Amino acid sequence: MHSDYKTKIVGFKDFVFRKSLWVFHFGGASCNNCDIEILDCLTPRHDLERFGIMLVGSIRHADVLLVNGSINMRDRDRLLELYDQAPKPLLVVAIGACGCTGGIFAEGITFAGPVDKIIPVDAYIPGCPPKPEAIIAGVARLAGRKT
Amino acid sequence: MGRKTLIPIGPYHPLQEEPELFKLYCDGEIVTDIKWETGYNHRGIEKLSESKTYDQVFFLVERICGICSTSHPFAFANAVEEIAGVEIPDRAKYIRTVIGELERIHSHLLWVGLAGHFLGYNTVFMWAWKYREPVLDLFEMITGNRNSYAMFKVGGVRRDIENHKIPAIRKEMSVIRKKIDLLTGAVMDDPVIHARTKGVGVLTKQDIIDYAAVGPTARASGIATDIRKDDPYAAYPLVNWKVITAQEGDVFAKAEVRLLEMYESVSIIEQCIDALEKLKEGDVSLKINEIPAGIGMGRAEAPRGEVFHFVVSDGSNSPARHKIRAPSYTNIATFRKSCIGQTIADATLSLAAVDPCYCCTERMAAVYDNSTGERILNAGELIKLSLERTKEIRKSVAGHE
Repeated sequence: MHSDYKTKIVGFKDFVFRKSLWVFHFGGASCNNCDIEILDCLTPRHDLERFGIMLVGSIRHADVLLVNGSINMRDRDRLLELYDQAPKPLLVVAIGACGCTGGIFAEGITFAGPVDKIIPVDAYIPGCPPKPEAIIAGVARLAGRKT
Repeated sequence: MGRKTLIPIGPYHPLQEEPELFKLYCDGEIVTDIKWETGYNHRGIEKLSESKTYDQVFFLVERICGICSTSHPFAFANAVEEIAGVEIPDRAKYIRTVIGELERIHSHLLWVGLAGHFLGYNTVFMWAWKYREPVLDLFEMITGNRNSYAMFKVGGVRRDIENHKIPAIRKEMSVIRKKIDLLTGAVMDDPVIHARTKGVGVLTKQDIIDYAAVGPTARASGIATDIRKDDPYAAYPLVNWKVITAQEGDVFAKAEVRLLEMYESVSIIEQCIDALEKLKEGDVSLKINEIPAGIGMGRAEAPRGEVFHFVVSDGSNSPARHKIRAPSYTNIATFRKSCIGQTIADATLSLAAVDPCYCCTERMAAVYDNSTGERILNAGELIKLSLERTKEIRKSVAGHE
């Protein structure tokens, strides 16, 4: 259901993602490391905004949804709700070991499945936590830029 | 009187150990009640811990919180070593202390930055996070990772800080001290920051005792509680340092305590690396073959306060029970004292002062609680309120000068 747009509007998608990407960040049940590294991308050393990539406050403004942390049963519904609210086409990036697979928390009693079991994921950035360089490279490559 | 307004804060804030949903009930601009919900970050760590061996548990507890990713292993190591009844080598003690204090510096810098961001001073945010980078570089040099250091194990540490790395650490410490000077000067002398934070979110000594608050939150209200002094562990009794306290209990005092604590941390690290140079390289861990049955309690002073780990061992290779209490658990309850009766713009600051910071306010958009039919202010408006207030004060300050 969620991935209909992918087959229909590929050309439109290329057009949409050609310019500045606005990013919305969703942290599930994470240990904060990925969240901090994502924020770290904004600060002077890495300066994400030079690529036109900006963190935005509302999913309705976003082109990219960054998801990190393991998703527990309580987060699951909120993630789905956010995905439904997002304007399509939307790129979804799973960040960190927990976002990609559940990581060390995959065996936990509250684990509700890795991100790609809940919403379609376009890219994975593994690492625990991935370095800011890796996050920037991942998002920039997704946008078709040479990094 | 006026219409009651519900303001949800949370549930997803990246800089809290435990994401919570705060609900501020407001009458006009005054906060009349505050409630919170937890469980958004429940990962079942205590249960997971029972399925892992003692060596593996360290990697798990490290991932309780990315910012405190040394204090949890620290407390767990203290607990398990109490069961095993071992005394780790001096070199391991010093290395543990260096890692713990580096973490305190990076965590406090992170908080200062976020507090600045919240006040509307994005320059402070950018500066503080820029100065935090060299600390992370040191971590990368010493441990191989910027966060989640994996340095601890039962009976010592996994990696040595070789003597040839020490001059680099010493040089970096002197640089960091200068940067903290700069930052402290900028924060302490700014009239707008004074106006925004003095007398805001005051917690009295009695409040701290009633709510059993810990860490910088307690120390800013004149209670000199610090596990490093009260229940000394690792190399803390072997070096000279003092517990920083302030009396006022407001947001400014909390900032002051954290800024001044960074100097103590730098001084502790310098003393530790001096001591490391005199000790034999490589003697960093004991070989521990089995953990006997028993119970152990471990405490450590995290950047936010006391971390407590309770471990029951049945003699097997994994804990039979593992209980964890993080500092924010008690500190969060103080919000009822510090926020009720304040304006919304100040309440948000008081919440941040305890250091479940919320810079990623954008994620508040994830919350839609319409069941009560109350009007909901969104995150953007909340931040805007705080920024506007700073702007007003800035204007009036500029007008007087």
